[in-house]
Amino acid sequence: MRCGVVVFPGSNCDHDVYHVLKHVLDQEVLFLWHQDSSLKGCELVVLPGGWSYGDYLRGGALAALSPVMAAVRRHADAGGLVLGVCNGFQVLTEAHLLPGALRRNARLRFECRDVFMRVERTDLPFTRRYRPGQVVRMPIAHGEGNYEDSPAALDQLETAGQVVLRYCGPGGEPDPAWNFNGSARAIGGVCNPRGNVLGLMPHPERCAEEVLGNSDGLALFESMVAPVARTAGARR
Amino acid sequence: MSPAAGQAQEPRVDAELARAHGLSAEEYDRLRALLGREPSFTELGITSALWSEHCSYKSSKVYLREFPVSGPHVLQGPGENAGVVDVGHGWVAVFKMESHNHPSFIEPYQGAATGVGGILRDVFTMGARPIACMDSLRFGRLEAPRMRHLVDGVVRGIGDYGNCVGIPTVGGETGFHPSYDGNILVNAFALGIARRERIFRAKMGGPGNPILYVGSRTGRDGIHGATMASEAFDEESEKKRPTVQVGDPFTEKVLLEACLEAMRTGAIVAIQDMGAAGLTSSTFEMAGRGSTGMRLDVDRVPLREPGLTPYEILLSESQERMVVVAQKGREEELVRVFRRWGLEVVNIGEVVAGGRARVVWRGETVADMPIRPLTEDAPVYQRPVAEPRDLQARQAPPEVPPPPASLAETLRRLLATPELGSKEWIWRQYDHTVRTNTVQGPGGDAAVLLLKGTPAGLAMTSDVNPVYCALDPRRGGAQAVVEAARNLACVGAEPVGLTDCLNFGSPENPEIAWQFRECVRGMAEACRGLGVPVVSGNVSFYNETDGRAIHPTPTVAMVGVIPNLGNVPEPGFARAGDRVLLLGLDAREFGGSAYLRLLFGVEQGRPPAVDLAAEARLQELLRHLAYEGLLRTAHDLAEGGLAVALAEACFGRGLGARITVPMAPTALFSESQARALVATSPAVADRVLEAAEDAGVPARQVGEVGGERLEIHADGDALIAGVADLRAAWATALPRALGL
Repeated sequence: MRCGVVVFPGSNCDHDVYHVLKHVLDQEVLFLWHQDSSLKGCELVVLPGGWSYGDYLRGGALAALSPVMAAVRRHADAGGLVLGVCNGFQVLTEAHLLPGALRRNARLRFECRDVFMRVERTDLPFTRRYRPGQVVRMPIAHGEGNYEDSPAALDQLETAGQVVLRYCGPGGEPDPAWNFNGSARAIGGVCNPRGNVLGLMPHPERCAEEVLGNSDGLALFESMVAPVARTAGARR
Repeated sequence: MSPAAGQAQEPRVDAELARAHGLSAEEYDRLRALLGREPSFTELGITSALWSEHCSYKSSKVYLREFPVSGPHVLQGPGENAGVVDVGHGWVAVFKMESHNHPSFIEPYQGAATGVGGILRDVFTMGARPIACMDSLRFGRLEAPRMRHLVDGVVRGIGDYGNCVGIPTVGGETGFHPSYDGNILVNAFALGIARRERIFRAKMGGPGNPILYVGSRTGRDGIHGATMASEAFDEESEKKRPTVQVGDPFTEKVLLEACLEAMRTGAIVAIQDMGAAGLTSSTFEMAGRGSTGMRLDVDRVPLREPGLTPYEILLSESQERMVVVAQKGREEELVRVFRRWGLEVVNIGEVVAGGRARVVWRGETVADMPIRPLTEDAPVYQRPVAEPRDLQARQAPPEVPPPPASLAETLRRLLATPELGSKEWIWRQYDHTVRTNTVQGPGGDAAVLLLKGTPAGLAMTSDVNPVYCALDPRRGGAQAVVEAARNLACVGAEPVGLTDCLNFGSPENPEIAWQFRECVRGMAEACRGLGVPVVSGNVSFYNETDGRAIHPTPTVAMVGVIPNLGNVPEPGFARAGDRVLLLGLDAREFGGSAYLRLLFGVEQGRPPAVDLAAEARLQELLRHLAYEGLLRTAHDLAEGGLAVALAEACFGRGLGARITVPMAPTALFSESQARALVATSPAVADRVLEAAEDAGVPARQVGEVGGERLEIHADGDALIAGVADLRAAWATALPRALGL
């Protein structure tokens, strides 16, 4: 699959995503520059983590206005796959390609650690390689990952099945102590109604090789590049 | 013509103004003799920066020559922006450590942040992509005025900067001691990797080549930072806040990417970041190394605000700026790259033949001086040294009282101090997994990173015990080196080089100069004994307030190579049933121990002896066992001795152990060196004992991993404690002490 990794000034997980797609999964990968107006034929676009534009104003706020985002929006509207990780998730919410907002962590400190997430949907092009209800371990590293929206919007999100990943305890049980950023309803990853745009706070690209002690994130990339994933996931 | 004769704004230079700039009477005379006239104000500013202790190493140079600096793996030793060591498979590691103590005490957030920024630039300016940071921090008592604010500010500053640039902070150390109440230490380390043939140096050359200025604009921040770092503190220091620089990690990240891309054009002759003493030190040092001259048109330097004088432009320490010497005719290729990344790039002068610097501002020459006498041939001093008068009294053997409570409670009390407690509260705030190389992050004996595309790994650690150094600087210096190497050996890494940050009080005090000399000698002896070269480093003097100096703190950061990452032991117990073995011998050494200091408030006696031959044997054995895949766990014995090491080994996965050792109960806290704890599967325990015997390392099987309790049966007493209970005391120690 031809994959594009968007580079905003300040992106710093771009090489990590590139590495997984190119060297672990042997895909065709190119970097897309923030001023590009075309996605150069990429079927999958990844907005990587980092501090795009220094997180000035708000995380993701300036990147959402960059030229490449117009192309990303067209791609998403046409059913193409878009993945946003960490800062990339913030960019997607700022661009209104995903609902909600990511506020500062409830404890107001940057947090770097492994978390456990329950996979709430496995019929998406991003998650079809996971088992329903599977608990995965992934690293987080962020200061602004506290997912928030109005109660009505959150209800709507739940009803529409747009909550894809939820923080949980090691056994999959709901546990506020494991919701390190204080996200509403322990939400760690959401998709758009159509299911072709996913944003998540943890870093699947940092746990995609056994040599790093954890490969729980690899199935997410495998799901996306598997031939069956090339069309947008159907609503369940 | 005397430079700047026509400029009424510039103060007239006399002996008093020179003194106010930190120049001694002899140095002022030396400058006048060099010029054959009175210096201009700008020339005085340039000289005061270049001859400051911080830039010139004038009090330390004579001793630093004792370090071994070469070896089969060394491609670049001290004298460049960072050291370069061959790590195999065509890769080199580029690394250095530097202090940012003075600014961090005045303004902790920006001081620590710009410390990280500066050390990252030192690494990428050599063509290497930074892949890891470590920080060695020393704070005073948490009850001391401002101390919690300093801890919080430093940790946030380091985190916000490194996290934003996207370089993982994979290790480091944090200590607390009253000697840092008035002078905290922030030592930042960075390591980058590059292909062996792609190293860049900061040696100016080629008359006619243009000198480019790249990055942030120049403001008034940090003027005379280098001079400030060369003075002690007093009650006036608060007024120096404007001399602290302000960091912008976003610009740093962009600068990093742009520089690495620009280097690939092949159009760069030399490149250096503007660190301490800004434009002055970067350009003069580059020209000095290349024995060339230069012309600088400082009125072309992009300014953040109007009205800066040439003096201010030359001495500003505004951050995230680089000097690039381009190949004449290829400037445009570089300009295109930097502009694409949104960076300002301006031609500010050119390399000229001869050895003089001519600085021009609005058509007038404001400085015209020979370069090498100011850089390579700056003053060097052999300061008077004197053994501290109270040293012998402090070295008298200490009385070692029995444990103040039950053994379990004694251990719990030690683990509950910020000194020995977990530092997780700090390193959770640092991204330590970005760049996807981190095999073992903070909290272990040494950090372990992938060297992508090879079976090998890199390991790194930073160590020093300032109490040991205060009680016996020579032993303390040696101990820092052997402990660092032992930590590397615990992950199976062969050391390839070290960088250091030598933090001391005023070298003009003979007792401090003696401490410095002795520490360096101890380090040099240990480096030679273990075959580890010193490839870069930094000296920070004048860490004292109102005449009270810090403990001597020669921080050592050591880098090693693991040939095969398949078999790296972990620092904690990994599997129930594993056999626990103790390598090395105890000699009941309590001088400077955590036991005496933290439980009885006593800092007394000579620190543990360093036996270089025994260390070399132990470390070779550890590497051999790791390489053969015989170890599941390896952890070195350090502060707090065997009891603390065993507790730490239990914390990794919450596994207990049942241990029996034929030693007095108090000896569980002795800090004898050249010891390590290992655990292996029962099937290979005998092979490990045989290998130890062949290597001449005393070894004994002492127990077994398993259960939820740590039990240590010593002669006539036993330590029995729940792992969860000990872990809770250890894990909450620092947040509790911070009042969180």
